[in-house]
Amino acid sequence: MNPILFIVFLPLLAAIVGGLGNRMLGNVAVKTLTTGALFASCALSWPVFLGFLSGSLHASVTPVLHWVQSGTLTFDWALRVDPLTAVMLVVITTVSALVHLYSWGYMDEDPDQPRFFAYLSLFTFAMLMLVTADNLVQMFFGWEGVGLASYLLIGFWFRKPSANAAATKAFVVNRVGDLGFMLGIFGTYLVFHTVSIPEILAAAPTMAGTTIGFLGGRFDTMTVLCVLLFIGAMGKSAQLGLHTWLPDAMEGPTPVSALIHAATMVTAGVFMVCRLSPMFVTSPQAMQFVTFIGAATCFFAATVGTTQWDIKRVIAYSTCSQLGYMFFAAGVGAFGSAMFHLFTHAFFKALLFLGAGSVIHAMHHEQDMRFYGNLRKEIPLTFWAMLAGTLAITGVGIVDVFGFAGFYSKDSILEAAYARGTELSQFAFVIGIIAALLTSFYSWRLMFLTFWGKPRWAGSEHIQHAVHGDHGDHPDAEDAGHDHAHGDIHADGTAGYHPHESPVAMLIPLGVLSLGAVFAGFVFHGAFTDAEHGAAFWQDSVFFDEKLMHAAHGVPLLVKWAPFAVMLTGLLIAWGAYIRNPRFPAAFVAQIGALYRFVYNKWYFDELYDAIFVRPAFWLGRQFWKLGDIGFIDRFGPNGAAWVVAQGATYARRIQSGYLYSYALVMLVGLVGAISWVIAR
Amino acid sequence: MSGFPIVSLMIFVPLVAAIACLVADAPTARRVALTATLIDFALGVVLWTQYDIGGAQWQFTERAHLFAGFDWALGIDGIALMLIMLSVFLMPICIGASWLSIEKRVGEYMAAFLLMEALMIGVFAAQDLYLFYIFFEAGLIPMYLIIGVWGGAERIYASYKFFLYTLLGSVLMLIAMLWMANEAGTTSIPVLMAYDFAPGAQKWLWLAFFASFAVKMPMWPIHTWLPDAHVQAPTAGSVILAGVLLKMGGYGFIRFSLPMFPQASAQFAWLVFALSIIAVVYTSLVALVQHDMKKLIAYSSVAHMAIVTVGLFAFNVQGLEGAMIVMLSHGLVSGALFLSVGVIYDRLHTREIDRYGGLAINMPKYALFFMLFTMASVGLPGTSGFVGEFLSLAGIYQLSSWVTAVCTTGIILGAAYMLYLYRRVIFGVQKNADAAAMPDLDTREWLMMVPLALAVLWMGIYPESFLAPMRADIAALDARLAQARPIGDSKLAAAKAKPAAPALNAAGAE
Repeated sequence: MNPILFIVFLPLLAAIVGGLGNRMLGNVAVKTLTTGALFASCALSWPVFLGFLSGSLHASVTPVLHWVQSGTLTFDWALRVDPLTAVMLVVITTVSALVHLYSWGYMDEDPDQPRFFAYLSLFTFAMLMLVTADNLVQMFFGWEGVGLASYLLIGFWFRKPSANAAATKAFVVNRVGDLGFMLGIFGTYLVFHTVSIPEILAAAPTMAGTTIGFLGGRFDTMTVLCVLLFIGAMGKSAQLGLHTWLPDAMEGPTPVSALIHAATMVTAGVFMVCRLSPMFVTSPQAMQFVTFIGAATCFFAATVGTTQWDIKRVIAYSTCSQLGYMFFAAGVGAFGSAMFHLFTHAFFKALLFLGAGSVIHAMHHEQDMRFYGNLRKEIPLTFWAMLAGTLAITGVGIVDVFGFAGFYSKDSILEAAYARGTELSQFAFVIGIIAALLTSFYSWRLMFLTFWGKPRWAGSEHIQHAVHGDHGDHPDAEDAGHDHAHGDIHADGTAGYHPHESPVAMLIPLGVLSLGAVFAGFVFHGAFTDAEHGAAFWQDSVFFDEKLMHAAHGVPLLVKWAPFAVMLTGLLIAWGAYIRNPRFPAAFVAQIGALYRFVYNKWYFDELYDAIFVRPAFWLGRQFWKLGDIGFIDRFGPNGAAWVVAQGATYARRIQSGYLYSYALVMLVGLVGAISWVIAR
Repeated sequence: MSGFPIVSLMIFVPLVAAIACLVADAPTARRVALTATLIDFALGVVLWTQYDIGGAQWQFTERAHLFAGFDWALGIDGIALMLIMLSVFLMPICIGASWLSIEKRVGEYMAAFLLMEALMIGVFAAQDLYLFYIFFEAGLIPMYLIIGVWGGAERIYASYKFFLYTLLGSVLMLIAMLWMANEAGTTSIPVLMAYDFAPGAQKWLWLAFFASFAVKMPMWPIHTWLPDAHVQAPTAGSVILAGVLLKMGGYGFIRFSLPMFPQASAQFAWLVFALSIIAVVYTSLVALVQHDMKKLIAYSSVAHMAIVTVGLFAFNVQGLEGAMIVMLSHGLVSGALFLSVGVIYDRLHTREIDRYGGLAINMPKYALFFMLFTMASVGLPGTSGFVGEFLSLAGIYQLSSWVTAVCTTGIILGAAYMLYLYRRVIFGVQKNADAAAMPDLDTREWLMMVPLALAVLWMGIYPESFLAPMRADIAALDARLAQARPIGDSKLAAAKAKPAAPALNAAGAE
């Protein structure tokens, strides 16, 4: 049997058995089963990836089952494996297997572990279905499946109202994107009479220049389809406008954030754009739209990331921002670079999240960085792992010598944007450079606040609980730091608390991912982005623009060194503000109060949406119900009819007086009328 | 196909059992009813397995002349087969749901249900216009009794509203039927389905039928009987009301309005679309603000039925097949959701959402089933809800991108109100001690939930089983509708004079 069947369906099997078996099987059995399944999947995935890397494998489709046949609209369950899928396979199964292992340690005290592990495996299955899809509808199946798993995992601690709210929000906001995705699929079927991805991609160039009616107007066909599909990608990948669910999704346990909201699910949008890249390149307008949204998100999220105090939220906004990089890379036509950044980002971002989880674990579920400090001596292994992740995300490296993972992928994106040479791509390049500065700043800010300086643990309620042996807020205690009032923000000291390094189950994944964060870029950049090797590796599974990659290689030296320069600048600013002169940030913030509040409150997107969507929806619902249904339809419909009947009966009763003469009168009138009618006729 | 009158048997088994229930004591009545419905289900399975896909359009036909041009004419095609299967599948579950919760007049209650089953099968199998009308209208009576006798506090108002609405519509339909029989000289439904009425007459006939079917669907703005009827009906009553009775409207459209009056259908498609898109947005928003679980699900039913109507009037195969799958799926899913409400109503005797909370803690099995049915209602791919919704909307997109865009917002709103419901009932902390003390599903409830769950997944993962029997009938209907098919608003137009080739490289060449 084809290994892809095992890769995809082992996690599903584990999820079903583990989820339904739950308490019957017990913690250890379910954890072993799901983790084992994932490691098996992972072990089967790497040979596939390496096979494509060496050029010995070619794209294949493994049919599974018929799904729907309705007229000419047919789609089946099938598993497609090509280089693009192979990249995703190793990313998904590797990170997922490591996150499963990590969760043995992280979720050790949780009473609901089988459920957690079953959800994780279910998620992995759905994600694998998404990346192996051979048609748009199966992709949508995976798309929604990961949405469901994400919903269940964000709301895993279902006793917490904030977790439930975040879970619902994630699902509903994603559905807004899905609206675009679904319309895109319908439109694609209308135009191409198929939803099979290879057939669509083959036929896409023939549709260039045609127009299609949409909502009353006439537009360029491919632009309409690509933009609609991209709206789906914006939802899943938390791009500007539909990003609001991602920071809230941090309510979920930290391993979930690492797997779903950093390494895999949120990159599904990037994957989709790359998968459909031959379609997107037929519409320059759609590509511009992608570039613009990507660049805007990249900048927006990076600004917000510089102001947050919650360690997970900083990384969440960082994820959002890095996804923006991937999108504008795709938008300028550098799909190989987009996928490469997706690949390296999966390792270093999962590492940062799991590292943050390790910090949170050590700090007794405190997430507010204001109560960290000086942790590098207490949890050195976590510190080194986080350092590797930070070096990777900030893109540390020397051109043509060696760099950490993010160095290769981010530079490749920026160079491609510069080399594209259009106004918008230049704009994206500049935005990308600014965002790189911000990235460096917020990443080092996180590191300095957490691992350097004096301990500020005493001010934390969580630490106080720990010290005083009060476990009241456990295990559902992964609170967002700003939810509850802290006493004195600047209470220094350790409060007698001793952070402890995480158990080995958590440290192994950190170690493995650190290797990825350090070496993934150096080892794989040739295959993913090189003008010479890229086309051979991708085998047309993405649109690979050799000319662009050549041009990207030949950009001026200034452009090549610019990311390094801004990285250093960001590092220096962070050092100055948080190590050298810790009083500086507060003073600076006081200077620019309004701007700071605007950024700190995430540009007020949540408030805006609440005011224009959420509240009006409930208000309209109440109006339709109370005024429409009850006040109008029922009042003048059935109740009105009843009233008329009742009134009519009252009058009729008056006529039925019982007096003989009134009856006689009526009879007479009737008789006269009848006779007159007969005569007049 | 044997000459054995299996469809008649399926009608008479519950009828005979109904009479037996009337004279039996409560425990016997329960057992008789369950046995009879299970026999009917078994007969249904036989019917399905014996149904020859790709064979004659009408199978298992029976015809007996009764009196004065009135025929006992039965026969099924794939569409009727599927709806009959839905009915006989839900019926034993309904009896199971009433097993303990109905304590007064058990014999009469079971008799009413069995009578209803006979009439439902009759509606879907009738091949004679008048016979159809009798089954169609007589179905009101047992439902009226079930709501009016075994319903909640305001059952009289609800049953009156239910009866008034549905009867008013059907009077017009009867007049139209009389005219049609006179005009065409036959009461045979298969013959009438191929009869070409004059376009002028079609208009009035279509409207007369529409009055009846739109109430049954129900379509906005004549939907207000449904929330009241559901809220007051006992659990099993709600299940059968949502599961099967609402489907009679859709069945009516697909059996009468579309094939008999294709021109008029095309002419009035705008009316159907307008009412449907209002229904999707309006009732979804109303569902969002409900405090009563049953009312919420009732309003969601109206929104889902609007997807059926737009699919039916899409005038293409995807729309029609999608509409049928939405009907079948909604029958299972809304039935299952009402059943889920019934499970906790039986324990706490309230439908007030705020009285619950944190049920995932003390009722984890229940939470799992409720999640599955919630997701099916939301239309998650892999469940039955998705297949129908997707095909239906894909169908209507070929006709109108506007209607599709508005209807597709239903997937956002649907997620909002269902997840909001789930969050308040299942998640959160346990607010009330009595809700926190409720036991998880017992064996009886487990046995009702499992078949529904499996059916929902089956229809989601391998809908071919359900699409295949209907394929030929839908294709025939589609061919008949071809003459009247309106032109879509999103038609592709060829490239303008300039050559299209450079566009491919435009992104790369700059």
